[in-house]
Amino acid sequence: MATTFAKAADDTVAVTHAARIEHVSKSFAGPAGQQLVLDDITIDVAPGEFVTLLGASGCGKSTLLNLVAGLDKPTAGAITTDGRPALMFQEHALFPWLTAGKNIELALKLRGVPKNERRDKADALLELVRLKGAYGKRVHELSGGMRQRVALARALAQESKLLLMDEPFAALDAITRDVLHDELTRLWEETGLSVLFVTHNVREAVRLAQRVILLSSRPGRIAREWTVDIPQPRRIEDAPVAELSVEITEVLRGEIRRHGQH
Amino acid sequence: MASTETGTKEDSGSIEAGLDALESQVAGRPPFRQTFREKILPPIIAIAVVLVVWQGLISLKIVDDPTKLPSPGAVWAEVEDAWLKGTLLDYIWTSVSRGLFGFALALLIGTPLGLIVARVKFVRAAIGPILSGLQSLPSVAWVPAAVIWLGLRPEMMYAVILLGAVPSIANGLVSGVDQVPPLFLRAGRTLGATGFQGIRHIVMPAALPGYVAGLKQGWAFSWRSLMAAEIIAKAPDLGVGLGQLLEVGRTNSSMATVFLAILLILFVGIAIDLLIFSPLERWVLRSRGLLVKS
Repeated sequence: MATTFAKAADDTVAVTHAARIEHVSKSFAGPAGQQLVLDDITIDVAPGEFVTLLGASGCGKSTLLNLVAGLDKPTAGAITTDGRPALMFQEHALFPWLTAGKNIELALKLRGVPKNERRDKADALLELVRLKGAYGKRVHELSGGMRQRVALARALAQESKLLLMDEPFAALDAITRDVLHDELTRLWEETGLSVLFVTHNVREAVRLAQRVILLSSRPGRIAREWTVDIPQPRRIEDAPVAELSVEITEVLRGEIRRHGQH
Repeated sequence: MASTETGTKEDSGSIEAGLDALESQVAGRPPFRQTFREKILPPIIAIAVVLVVWQGLISLKIVDDPTKLPSPGAVWAEVEDAWLKGTLLDYIWTSVSRGLFGFALALLIGTPLGLIVARVKFVRAAIGPILSGLQSLPSVAWVPAAVIWLGLRPEMMYAVILLGAVPSIANGLVSGVDQVPPLFLRAGRTLGATGFQGIRHIVMPAALPGYVAGLKQGWAFSWRSLMAAEIIAKAPDLGVGLGQLLEVGRTNSSMATVFLAILLILFVGIAIDLLIFSPLERWVLRSRGLLVKS
């Protein structure tokens, strides 16, 4: 009943899945007794796959990410991941007492990277998110988009095979978000990471993912799943992206409407 | 397809660079003239006004009794006299060295204590309220007890300093730890900072602003407690600190000496704050972008 971070040696899991979520349920103690938040969720994320979890409020998508990250334990079911996943939040969660570069170095240090290699690796990661020269910048000196890119670089510093993203671009303006979508797609293609990306923005889900999983709300169940075979690089305003988004939005609206009818 | 791809890449890269440039602020230090006009000049004027009013009270014979209010000149003569005899720095050093040593001890005890109270629920429930209660107990109240327990020895003064400063330092750290945003703890855990690593790399640095505020208050309490202890503790081998100087002035009915002692106590308190704690606090806040430049 817990999240298992499989060791690299456990190659039976490592080869076939970046993450395996099997019949996972989660309930919390609420004012009206036990409240079921997630109900029998089963998702496999293949190595190198980009999956978005889409849903309205109350579908438990952030709860699910916390479970996969090992920050909380499922009530039932099991989660196996290939190593400890990296996690990115809606807020940048960079440590304000460290510079951008030192934030990345802390992640390297906690992973056991020797001291004399950290500076070079941090510089390389900053260059990867196109923030060369931001090493000595304090967090408050960076714009919202730059902060999220440093946070992304810090997550990449963990060298996890799986990157969990909890609405990381929701607080950004539209232009910055577009640019970060391009950036994320580029990095995903370059690094071969698996990504599990949570959002309530349908177009964002379609723009980024190979597979979109729609969760219903209260409790969160898998409602439907779409495979997105539009070639990358996509743009959020591309016609095929818009078409699929309209289709998914219809189903999402239907799910939300059910809650008003009782 | 390939050309479109590079096109898109370069395109988003240059947009990114543009956004970065637009949204980054250029911060700089204000010029010295501005600092002088806004920060240095006002206190100088305030001191000058106090001196003028003080001298006015004497010159206009509003207060005409040097045993009640000595003139600024008489107090200055006292300063000069102590300086020429070589005792001025002795007075100051006797008290400052005691104060700083006592404060260092309080730091060594208060820091782990605060950390344990903040992190261990049982300990917090057990002694948390007592610790905050002790803060409101003036440490002068400990002086009689400390004299009886430890006698008129330096240990007695250190005991009084500790009883005054340890609760402030520990409480500062506790409130600092309480105010650490849960997001930092979650982020730390996903990076692998758990247990001792978590305390060292996440909890302690995140709690630093509260901790420094506690240190500042701890120093103020140390200094006050020490003065109270020095007034009472008179022994040949203790030397004359600033508190004892105050007492000497009283027994000799020398108001100029009393004024000298008060001014020195004030001066040292302000100097330590300006030289150590204020810069420390400003550095901590500024480096986190928490200090809004006026």
